Formats: sequence, C-alpha cells, structure tokens
Amino acid sequence: MAMADATQDDVQVGNTTDKRGRLVTSDGTPLRRALERSMRRRKLTAFMLVAPLLAFILIFFAFPIAQMMWRSVDNPQVVDALPRTLDALEDWDGTGMPGEPVFAALHADMMDDLDRPRREQKIGPLGIRLNYELSAARGAISRTARQVPNFEAPFADAFADAHRLWGQPELWRVIKREGRPLTPAYYIAALDREYDEAGSIVKRPENRQIYVNLFGRTLALSVAITFMTFLLGFPIAYYLSILPMRYANLLMIAVLLPFWTSLLVRTSAWIVLLQQQGVLNTLFVNIGLVSDDNRLDLIYNQTGTIIAMTHILLPFMVLPLYSVMRTIPPSYMRAAKSLGATPSTAFRRVYFPQTLPGIGAGGVLVFIISIGYYITPALVGGQSGRMISNEIARHIQQSLNWGLAAALGSMLLVGVLLLYWLFNRLVGTDSLKFG
Amino acid sequence: MSSKLKMVALSSVVSAMALGAAADDPVSLTIVSWGGAYTASQVRAYHEPWMEQNPHVTIVNDDGSANALASLRAQAQAGNVTWDLVDMLPSDAQLACDEGIIMPIDHDEVLAAAPDGTPPTEDFLPGSLGECFIPQILYSTVLTYRPDAFPEDAQPTSIADLFDTENFPGRRALQDRPGTNLEWALYADGVDPEEIYDVLSTPEGVDRAFAKLDTIKDDIIFWTEGAQAPQLLADGEVAFATGYNGRMFDAIEVEGMEADIIWDGQVVEWDGWVVPADGDNIDAVMDYLYFATDTQRLADQAQFISYGPARASSSELVGQHADLGIDMAPHMPSAPENYFAPIVLDNDFWVDYGDELRERFANWMLQ
Repeated sequence: MAMADATQDDVQVGNTTDKRGRLVTSDGTPLRRALERSMRRRKLTAFMLVAPLLAFILIFFAFPIAQMMWRSVDNPQVVDALPRTLDALEDWDGTGMPGEPVFAALHADMMDDLDRPRREQKIGPLGIRLNYELSAARGAISRTARQVPNFEAPFADAFADAHRLWGQPELWRVIKREGRPLTPAYYIAALDREYDEAGSIVKRPENRQIYVNLFGRTLALSVAITFMTFLLGFPIAYYLSILPMRYANLLMIAVLLPFWTSLLVRTSAWIVLLQQQGVLNTLFVNIGLVSDDNRLDLIYNQTGTIIAMTHILLPFMVLPLYSVMRTIPPSYMRAAKSLGATPSTAFRRVYFPQTLPGIGAGGVLVFIISIGYYITPALVGGQSGRMISNEIARHIQQSLNWGLAAALGSMLLVGVLLLYWLFNRLVGTDSLKFG
Repeated sequence: MSSKLKMVALSSVVSAMALGAAADDPVSLTIVSWGGAYTASQVRAYHEPWMEQNPHVTIVNDDGSANALASLRAQAQAGNVTWDLVDMLPSDAQLACDEGIIMPIDHDEVLAAAPDGTPPTEDFLPGSLGECFIPQILYSTVLTYRPDAFPEDAQPTSIADLFDTENFPGRRALQDRPGTNLEWALYADGVDPEEIYDVLSTPEGVDRAFAKLDTIKDDIIFWTEGAQAPQLLADGEVAFATGYNGRMFDAIEVEGMEADIIWDGQVVEWDGWVVPADGDNIDAVMDYLYFATDTQRLADQAQFISYGPARASSSELVGQHADLGIDMAPHMPSAPENYFAPIVLDNDFWVDYGDELRERFANWMLQ
C-alpha cells in the first residue's frame, strides 16, 4: 500500500510523458511497465518465501490425497489383461452364455499373458480384482491360467471343465462390467451396495452390510467423545483461567502431560484400569458397589472407546477453551452481578456466550481428530467400539483392497469437509479461536 | 535391438562387478519376520550360525510381517525394494505371487536336499510348498483355557466345549477374523474336519457356522494382536482363549501361566519365506535360504519355539528346549498325540472366499 502511494507521488512529481503521451519514469521506461516489473519482483519474492511450504504440502499432502482419490476409481486390471475378450464381448447382451468366439479370445489373451515376463503378467492382478466382485473368481482365473496351454477347441467346454465359474454368466457379466478403465465399483461397495443380475445397483444382503452402519457409528462416537471432552474440559479450563499465571502454568503441565506420553502406553494403562479383573472393577467390588459376579464391562466395547479417547483428546478441548477464557475480563461478571443478575444468569448470559469461540474450536478439533482415530478403538473397542478407520486400515494392510480403502477414505474426507462447511455456515470459522 | 544389446552388455558388466565384490564386500540383509519369541528363534537357529560362516554379512531384523503384504506392494510400486527376505503366511504369499511382487521359487533347484538325498519337493510335508513360498514351520491355532475357571472334575476337552456355555460358562477370547472361528463352529456342530471346507463353500454352510457362533456371541471378546490372547488369559479376563500354539507354549512353559492347551480341532497352517522380486542382494538371500531351510536348521528352530519343522527329515532331529531342557517333541502340533483331529487351513479357500466371509464376519461382529 505504502509502495503504491509512493509511486503515485513519483508520477505527480515527475509528470513526464513520452511521444505517444504515455506516462514514463525518469529513465524513460513506460510507467506501466516499470510498475509491472516491480510488482512482479514483489510477487516473486512472496512466492519464494512461501514456496518451500507450498512444495511440502503439494508433495506430501495434496499429491497423496489426489492419488488416493484416483485409486478409488482406477480400474486397469481387466482392460490390460483381456483386450481381445472385451472386444469379443462387445455384442454379448449379458443374458445366457457368451459364444465360442469369446472363449477363443479369452484363450488367446491368456496365452499372450504367459509369454510376458513374470513381473508384467496381468492375469494375477486380474484374478485379485475380479474376486472383489465375485467370490472364487481368483481361483477360476489362476487355476485355469496354468492349464490354458493344453486347451483345444471348442474352448467353451475346456474352460467350463477347468472351473465351474466359466460356465456361469455371472463371471462374464463381471468381466464385461469391469472392462473399463474407470469404475464406480469401489464406491458402490463402500455404500453397501452391489449390482444385481440386470445390472442395476441394489442393496447388499443385510448380513453383508457394514460400512454405512460403521460411518454412522463413527459419527455418533465422535459426537459423544466431543461432548465428553467439553463436559470435562470446560470446568478445568475455567479454573485454570482464574488462577494466577504461576499456578495456572503448573497445572497446565498436568493437562499436557498425556500429550508427552506414548499413545500405546496410555491406551494400555486404560486396559489395566478398566478390564473386568482390573483396578477399577476390583475397587468397586471391594467397596460393595457391584457384586463379584457382575463386574462391569468397561472395556472392549463402546464405553472403552469413549473413555480412552476422551482422555487422549481432552487437551485439544482444554487448550482453546483456556486461551479464550483468559481473555474474558472478570469485570464483566462483576458488572452483570452488580446490575442484578444471579450468578447463574450472569454465567449463562454473559460469561458462557463469550467462551463460544473456544468451544467451537475445541469441538471442531476433537471431532475431526476422533473421526479418523484408529489405534485406540482397535485395542479397547472390542466389536462394538470399532470405527470406520479400523476397516480402512484392514483393507490397506491385510486384504490389500486399496481401491475400497481409497473409496472409504475419500468418503470420510468429503464427509469431514462437508461437516466443516456446514459448521462454517452455521457458526463461522472466523469466530474460532484455536488458542 | 541395439539398446537391448547395450542393456545386456551393461548388466553383464554389473553382475561381473557384483561377483568380484561378493567375496569380501560387506552385505546387509533385511529379514522381515513376526517379532517376539518367533524372530528370536530364527536369530538363534538360522541367523547366528549363518553369519558365523559368512562374516561379511550382517542381518537386520524387521518385525514387519503382520503388514508385509501392504509394504511389499508399496515397495514394488515405488520401485525401491528394501526388504531382502520376508516371513509370511501362505495365503498372503499366494496373493503377492499373483501380483508378481515376489519371486517364483524352483524348490529342487535352490534348496538343500535331505541328508539321505531326498529332493526338497518330496522332503517338505505334502501341500506345504507354494509357487513362491518356502515353508519353515507348521504352527497351529489352538484353544487354551484356565483350569481354575472350571471344577476339577469337569475340565473342557474339546472344541465343542467352547460352544457349550451352559457347562463351561465364562468369557471366550477369539481372534477378530472369520478364519478358525468358522471352521470351529462347523466342527463343533458335528461336521467332519475333512469336510469343513466343502460345507463352508455353500451358503447354507456359512449360515450354519454363523448360527453356531451366535450361541456364544455374548461371551466373546475379540483379540487382534497375537500377544493379546495369552494376556487376556493371564489376567483372568477370559476362561478360554484361542491363540498360536508357540505363543501359548511360551506363556505356559516359559512365563509360568496357569493354562492348558486343547489340541482337539487345532487349525494347522504353514509359515515360511518369500523373496521380494528385484531385491538388491538376491545371491546372498539364496545362499541364506539354502542354509536356513536345510534339515538340521529347521530342526534347530524347534529348540527355541514349539513350532513343527516343515521337513519330514527334520522331525526325528527335534531335541530339547535350549533353555528349559524339556523335550520339545510332545509340544509340536504335529506330534501324534496332538494331531488326532487337525483341521488343515485351506489357503485356496480363504483366498477365494475370504473377502466375502470377512464382510459377513465384520457385519456379524457389529450386530
């Protein structure tokens, strides 16, 4: 701003024009160009200052996210492995069995694949891919592939003899449907849906539905955990904020201590405390609160997940609350009381509304972190305290179905962004104070 | 064509250099396994004697086997294979083999014959060899219980007792995956061990297994990590726990935990080596494999952990536990007195039907 003003002053002082009547600087370059040059230099400096962080974020954050989203629709396996078969399947209408030319094309595709070097063979990934859509498809493909060199026409019979699935239209429908470079199949599976025989998308049988339910539970658990951290964190933050700085800092260490302890250690400590033969239950039994046969189930269920995660995430609620509360002058409460408000009215109408930016910030932090949490639920959640991230981790690490994991992850990401947008519309992120 | 020739020339120069260097240049092998007592047994039975013979080699142990499949794929896709040898389960090995990220193995070519000259393909136990898989041990998932949870004259003895909450009350710790649990549900429901996978291939069979599991659902605690099962048992949290027989042996015999193993219906499976494709030290790895999977070495491992050697010729060499001095043979899953009703895990079945059954199992757990 100051720079722009200065240039304007220069113009007024110099006030020179060239032959065509354009404003020029004292050395004769047109003013517009000189201005542009200096602006460019400044932009470049600004960019250079930001560049390291920008590059860091692009390489380690934006790029992997884009790659994950790409994986959730990427579907090269069938197209790569069976080009001729897909050509031959072009005319097949999806009812009955495809004709002999299709089987001959399949034979040719598989023979081609055997000629490729081992690392470039496409049949293995094809079997793994098709098995996501149809159980036993991997077996049909890998076991047939070994026998293909001995096959003789008519190939339809030879394939059907090698594995029963080749004689059923179901496998062919899957091959034709997934014979395209991009697929919605992973999202369809992530929404507990599948294709029926006519090719329309229907709900899965009830006993195979998992993810929608799990998304709902993840949301509900996250809301409960956020609420619990608020309930426990608000009084602590208040107390810290009215203490003299010296003591407040000391107590703050106690709040932050869990931050400096390993997550696994903290979670294991909860197991020792909460299990049926654990410290808490034994204490209850000894003071006669519960009988020895009815020890409480405090862990390996939702209760365990909520207790352990509330403890772990508490600092994320206390810190923003504390920083907001510190800035609220105590004189406001005194003023309200001197104007006739009861202590509870003064708290409700004067003090509490001023803490809202802190509550909002703490709530957003705790909620978003807990939605993606997975080590703690895996260790203390039992079967009812699991969250969607546990399934994502399982698909990444064990089942190796990265497409489905990517679809679930993308849905989680979009869901969080939507919630954040909604929060922004309702409360406004500019009123947040993160501490 | 000329570029291909250049490649060939170049690679032969490189391999000539590698050969020249191999004699004394230090080599570091990253060997990935399951950690804990299992890795310790491999270190003492395989790594240490081999490093003694090959002083220029150092072995770095990595406990990454639980997530090896994901890491192997990530390394292959990044073109930066840092692992030289990986210990994994045969079903995971089959998936990795299908993907082309591990090397196919010609067992008779690369492994040692038995002392009497029997070729490896005949010496390794039937059904244990895989296209890319070299078995080391036979392990089993067994049912274990706390004797103090039941009256002395009514101790559980069979898998059927696991499903009998009336006569054997108490909580049960099961692994949070369909494998083993579905097999046991059918076995307890009267299906012959030999026919379990035929029954489980049909929708009715799956329904039957889940219906049986339903009867004990309220008493189940699910565990995820192998170490959790003995822990739950030792803490008295559960009356029954399923677990790997080696870990249970360790907890009972070495740590002194009060528990007994039920060998009825033990689910037996192999565990072994795979070689990541495109590793930097293939020659050294092959040397190591030849040594570490020979008859004597496989028998040696059984001195440190109660897993059965995968070679027929090793079984008579199994001796005593190196530290405890107890006879190891009766603690092997393959010991005749333990092997009376084994269920042999069918990896082809689980690779084919695993996705679907895992979904159904996850749904069942959530209900």
